[in-house]
Amino acid sequence: MLEFINVSKVVSGQTHIHPTSLVLERGTLNVLLGPTLSGKTSLLRLMAGLDKPTTGEVRFNGENVNGVPVQRRNVAMVYQQFINYPSMTVYENIASPLRVGGETADVIDREVKNVAELMRLTPLLDRLPLSLSGGQQQRIALARAIVKKASLVLLDEPLANLDYKLREEMREELPKIFAASGSIFVYATTEPSEALLLGGNTATLHQGRVSQFGKTVSVYRNPRDLITARTFSDPPINTHTAVKEGKNFVLLEKEAGGKGKPVKITLAVPAHLASVADGPVTLGLQPHHLSLDEPYAKAPSLKVKTQVSEIAGSESFVHVLFGDKRWVILEHGVRNLDPNLDIDVYLDTRHLMAFGSDGMTLAGTAG
Amino acid sequence: MARINLDHIRHAYGIRPSQPNDYALREVHHEWADGGAYALLGPSGCGKTTLLNIISGIVRPSEGRILFDGKDVTHLSTEERNIAQVFQFPVVYDTMTVYDNLAFPLRNRKVPEDLVATRVKHILEMLELTDRADKKARGLTADQKQKISLGRGLVRSDVNAILFDEPLTVIDPHLKWVLRSQLKQLHRQSRYTMVYVTHDQTEALTFADKVVVMYDGQIVQIGTPAELFEKPKHTFVGYFIGSPGMNVFPVEIEGKKARLGNASVDIGFAPKINKGQKTELGIRPEFMDITRKGMPLSIRKVEDIGRQKIVRGELAGQSISIVVKEGSDIPTDPHVSFRDEGINIYADSWRVGREG
Repeated sequence: MLEFINVSKVVSGQTHIHPTSLVLERGTLNVLLGPTLSGKTSLLRLMAGLDKPTTGEVRFNGENVNGVPVQRRNVAMVYQQFINYPSMTVYENIASPLRVGGETADVIDREVKNVAELMRLTPLLDRLPLSLSGGQQQRIALARAIVKKASLVLLDEPLANLDYKLREEMREELPKIFAASGSIFVYATTEPSEALLLGGNTATLHQGRVSQFGKTVSVYRNPRDLITARTFSDPPINTHTAVKEGKNFVLLEKEAGGKGKPVKITLAVPAHLASVADGPVTLGLQPHHLSLDEPYAKAPSLKVKTQVSEIAGSESFVHVLFGDKRWVILEHGVRNLDPNLDIDVYLDTRHLMAFGSDGMTLAGTAG
Repeated sequence: MARINLDHIRHAYGIRPSQPNDYALREVHHEWADGGAYALLGPSGCGKTTLLNIISGIVRPSEGRILFDGKDVTHLSTEERNIAQVFQFPVVYDTMTVYDNLAFPLRNRKVPEDLVATRVKHILEMLELTDRADKKARGLTADQKQKISLGRGLVRSDVNAILFDEPLTVIDPHLKWVLRSQLKQLHRQSRYTMVYVTHDQTEALTFADKVVVMYDGQIVQIGTPAELFEKPKHTFVGYFIGSPGMNVFPVEIEGKKARLGNASVDIGFAPKINKGQKTELGIRPEFMDITRKGMPLSIRKVEDIGRQKIVRGELAGQSISIVVKEGSDIPTDPHVSFRDEGINIYADSWRVGREG
C-alpha cells in the first residue's frame, strides 16, 4: 500500500504539488488524469522517490520512505519514449533486471518466458528492439517493468507515441496484464477516454492539485466540481451560466453567432436538480447528451449555428456556436454538417449538471 | 491549382522489383480533382509518404507518370512543379516577424510589395494572427509557429497544390481540433488542391472530401468519410477506420444467407463468390443490438467508457465487440442481432457489392 499524507512539492518558491493525501492499494490500477503541466509527472517522481516531498510523508506498507532513494525502493518506471537496450535481443532486454538482481539462469528463463507470453512477445524473443514496431518496443519496456515484480509500477503516458490503432489494442490488453500481477500500478495520461478504457481508479489533476480520487467511472459520472468535470471531458463539457428561478433555469444568450441583444431562454429544471436553491448557477452537459435529432420523448432544444464537424471514424464531433459560446455535440456515425447552418439541438436534461458559484456540484448526481 | 493524374505509378526502393511485394508502392492509377481536399491515411509503412514524395518530386517513381493539369511533370524538380509544402515541424525564421515570415515565399519569387501586402494580410486574417503581425516569431508557442508554417504554404496564389505531411503532430491535443477546423475552413475559402498525409483517422476524415486509405503499398479505398464507415471496400478499411473497428467473421454463403457457426444470417442478396475465395461477413460494433432473441452471445466483459459501453465477448467462437448506449441494460441470457444496413460481405478481403 502506498500512502501520501499531506505531501507537497515546492521548487524554488513555486508550488508544483499542493498538499495531497492519497491511498493506493496493492493490486490496483490508478490513473492520474490531467492536461500537460497539471502535476502528473511531479506526482510520479514523488511516488518513485526520485524527488523528496517538501512537506508531508510518503509511506510504503506503513513505513515512512521519505528519505529512501529510488534504487532502494522496489519501483519500475515506463516512459512515453520507449527505452530499450538496442544491442540486446528482446529476451535479454526483458531478462536484464533479473540478471542485475542476481537470479539463477533457470529462474530468469522461466520468468522471461512467462512475461513474454503475457505481453505477446514470444515469437519475437530473438529479435532486436529497433527492428520491431513502436507497439512491440513499448511492450518490451512494459515487460521489463513487470518481470521485475516491482511493488510499484509507474507509467508516464506510455502509449502517447503509438498510433491510435495500437493504442486501442494496448488499452484493451493492459488491464488484463495489470490484473495478472499484484503490483500497484500508477498510469499518467492526458486523455479522459484512456482513463475510462483502463478503468480502475482515477485521480483528476488540475494545477498541482488532486481535485477528486475514486473509481474511474464514478469520478466521471459524479464529478465533485466543475474543474473535475472539465478535466474528465474530451471533447470539453458544454457549460453556460444561468439563474434558477423556481421551476426554471433562465439563460441569457444572444442569437446563434453572437449577434444582437441577449434573449431569455428558459429550461425546465429536471427532477434531479429540483432541490437546487434559487440563484446563479453554471450548467454543464456532456457532448453526448446533446443531439442533432429530435428524440422520441419531448426534449428542450436550443438554436445554434454550426461550425466544423470533426469526424472520428465511428463518431462525429459537431462544433456549434450557442450565442458566442463554442459547444460540441457528439453523435454516432458520420455527421458532416456544413458550417454556418442554423440548427436546433436537443438536450437530454436528465443528465444536466449544476455547479455553484464556488464551482462545487450542486444537489443530486447527474450521471 | 491543378488536377493531379497518377498514371500507372509504381515504386520500389533500391532492389530490382520482380514481384508485387518488392514495391513500396504497388500500382496507383487515379485522377484527383482540381480544388479537391485529399487525405492519404494509413499505418506506418503503408506507402503514403512514398506517394506524397512522388507528387512533390522528392522521389521519382520507378514506373508510371505524374501529370498536373494534363502536363507530364514526372521529371520535374519540386521547385519546377510549383507546389507548397507544410511539414511535421514548423519551418519558421525566429528572428523575422510573423509578417515577414509569411511574406518570405512571395518575396523569394520577386512578387511586388503591394501584392505581398494584400496576400499576407489575407492570410493573417484567415489564421487569426493579424494582431501578431509585427511580433518576432521567436516568442511564439509551437502551435502558433505551426500556424505560420501553414500560412506560408497558403500564401502563394499560383501554386499547383499544397502538400501537408502530418502537420499537426507537434500540436497539443486540445489545440488540434482548432487547427483542424481552421484547415478545413481554409480549404473551403481557398479551393486549393490539397493533399494531406496522416496516420490519424480524425485528422483525415475531418479535413478531406475524399480520404485515400492505403495499406501494404496500395490504395484500398478512396471515399468520403461516410462511405468508409458504412461500406468499407476492404476489411482493412473496416478495421482501421472507427474505434473499435469492424468485426469480421468467417462465413459460408448459401444463397441469400450467410452461415456463421450454427447461426444463419439473412443478408438480403446473393453475393457472387468464386470457388476457393475466403468469405467473410463484416459488421461494425454500432450496427448490432443485444436482445433476448437472435444469436447466442457469450459476454467476456462490459467496458463502461462513459458515453457508451463496449461489450466484448464471443459469437460462434469468434471475438466480437458491440457498442451499446450509455444507459442500456444487458439481458442475463444475451443474444445479438445484426442490422441489415450494417452487413458487408467480403471475398478475399474485398467487398462484394449487391451489384455483384
